[in-house]
Order: sequence, then C-alpha cells, then structure tokens
Amino acid sequence: MRCEEVAELLPDVLEGGAGAPARAVRHVETCLRCQAELAQYRRLLRALRQLRFQLPEPPAGLLSSLLGGVEASAERHALRAALLRRRVAYAAALAVAGAAGAAGAAVLAGRSRDRIRLAG
Amino acid sequence: MGPAAHAAPRDPLTASSPARLAAGARWGGETPEALVDAARAGDRSAFEELVRATYADTYALAFRMTGDEEDASDVLQEAYLRAYRGLRRFRGDAAFSTWLYRITANCASTHVTRRGRTRTSVLSPDAVVPDDRPEHDPEARASVNSDRARVAAAVADLPPRLRAVVVLRDVYDLPHEAIAAELGISETAAKVRLHRARKRLRERLFPLRGESADGSDP
Ligand SMILES: [Zn+2]
Repeated sequence: MRCEEVAELLPDVLEGGAGAPARAVRHVETCLRCQAELAQYRRLLRALRQLRFQLPEPPAGLLSSLLGGVEASAERHALRAALLRRRVAYAAALAVAGAAGAAGAAVLAGRSRDRIRLAG
Repeated sequence: MGPAAHAAPRDPLTASSPARLAAGARWGGETPEALVDAARAGDRSAFEELVRATYADTYALAFRMTGDEEDASDVLQEAYLRAYRGLRRFRGDAAFSTWLYRITANCASTHVTRRGRTRTSVLSPDAVVPDDRPEHDPEARASVNSDRARVAAAVADLPPRLRAVVVLRDVYDLPHEAIAAELGISETAAKVRLHRARKRLRERLFPLRGESADGSDP
C-alpha cells in the first residue's frame, strides 16, 4: 500500500476498532511518515476535545429569555389543559343529559307497552 | 454560578456544565437526577434550574454548529422548549446532557439548513471565557489559549456540513448513530463527512513537514 492511499484511511485507523482496515494498520506499523501523520491526527483529536471546555460567553439576557420562553409555554399548556377540561366536562354533561333522556324514553316506551298489554 | 464553582479541585468545566450534572454533582442543593425527576413530574422550577445549569454548555454547542451568536440563541430557545415539552419522553437510560445535546444538534441542523448560509464572517473566536485556572503558569496558559483560539477558528471556517459532524463527534463525543439521526443523514454519510473534516483540520492545524499550513501545496 502506498502512503497516499493509507493517508486517506488514517482518520479510520484513528477510530480504531473494526473500522480500521488491517492493511492500512500494517502499513502504518512500518512507515515513519504515516506514523507521523497519525500522531498529528491524535494531536488534533486532543485539541478538539479541549474545545468542549472553552465556552463562548452567552449573550447577556439569553438566560432570562430562555426562562421566559419556558414560562410562556407552560402558561399556554395550562390554558389548553383548562379549555380541554371544560370541554370534557361539557361533553360529559351532554352525555349525562343524553343518557337521562334515553332512560326517560325507555320508561315511556315500557309504559305504553304495558298499556297495550292491559288493553289486550 | 452555583456553589459548585467553589468546589475543589476545580476541573476545566464551568460549574454550569452538564458534564458536572452527569457526574452526579449537587447543583442548587439538589442532585441533577432529582431535578430531572422533579421536572419530569411537572415541576417547572426544577426545569428552570436545569436550564440555568446547562445553558452555557448547550449554547457553546449551538454556537459552534451555527457560527453565529443570534442563530445560536434562536436554536437554544427552540431546543429548551422542545426539551420542556418532550421531558416525559426522556428516559433515564442516557445522560440528560446527552439528550439535550441531541435536541440542540437537531435544532441547529434544521436552523442552518433553513437559513441556507451561515454568517461565518461575524464569527468571533476570541469571545470566550478566559481560562483562569490558577495551577497554570501565565506563559503556558497564553500558549494553550492561543492554540485553542486557533483550533476554534479552524473549526468555524469549515463548511457547516463538515463542521456539524466534527463538533458533535470529536468535541461533544456523540455516537455516530446519534449524529446521523439528528442531522437526518445516513451513518455512512456522517462518517464520510467526519473523515473529510478531520483531514482538513489536520492539514491546517497540524501540517506535516512539506505541507503548508493552509492545506494547499506550496
Ligand atoms: Zn506510509
């Protein structure tokens, strides 16, 4: 394998594990140039990990605007929940009224059947 | 800053970092796990504590992905609303910080795509919290800081598609599968982008003898 081909695979060699092509790994073991390049990749990875600890200063007012957003969302949610509860209560009332009406009709129907039987 | 800022020994993370949360530190008198549980049970003030504890870190991720202060703020606004509404769906099997990173990454990716361009010209890699750890002597600190600024600038100069992948994988340590899912691309595509991003950064920041630092041949 030529160094140029191996160079294309070095970021995979870096990851290690099954993703690293065995031929490239074998080449790197015996090639100083590719070893040097791999070492530079390792330095890069260390430097990138360090970025995690370098926090850009968040803009002033960001925190309060985030908290305000959460509050507004919570209030919208509470309002929707209240509307939903009212709708559910209304629907339940309608259902009760409907059931009562149906029961009343059944009673009337039963009575009229009784009257017919009595008459017959 | 919470009480954790005074804890010793001080690590390079700020007290408001979720990495501290993940490590089981106490924050605002509550353990992070207790805060997450309380927030999931509908306690809004617990969620607000979580926002306070994590936003500087999440902002850093959004800023690195979008390259713009205003965009990063918009992304954060959306990410925390999504987190708040989706809190019930958060299962405790992943760290809360990882869950937040994924939401932020997804919002940032959508934001950058929608925008179709990034305002890289206004990037200010110098706008960082200075590293004031007392155990470092000033000279070494200056060199570490200038190295970091160089790395940050090189990452910021990458095209957004490459930048997102390298930030999520090599800075924030998200698995390939999560990166692919949040960016809406295949795992193979994510790996190809990562590979390209690393190659460009390596050539620019850590050139070999005979390579010019800007990545082009002399
Ligand atoms: Zn070689």
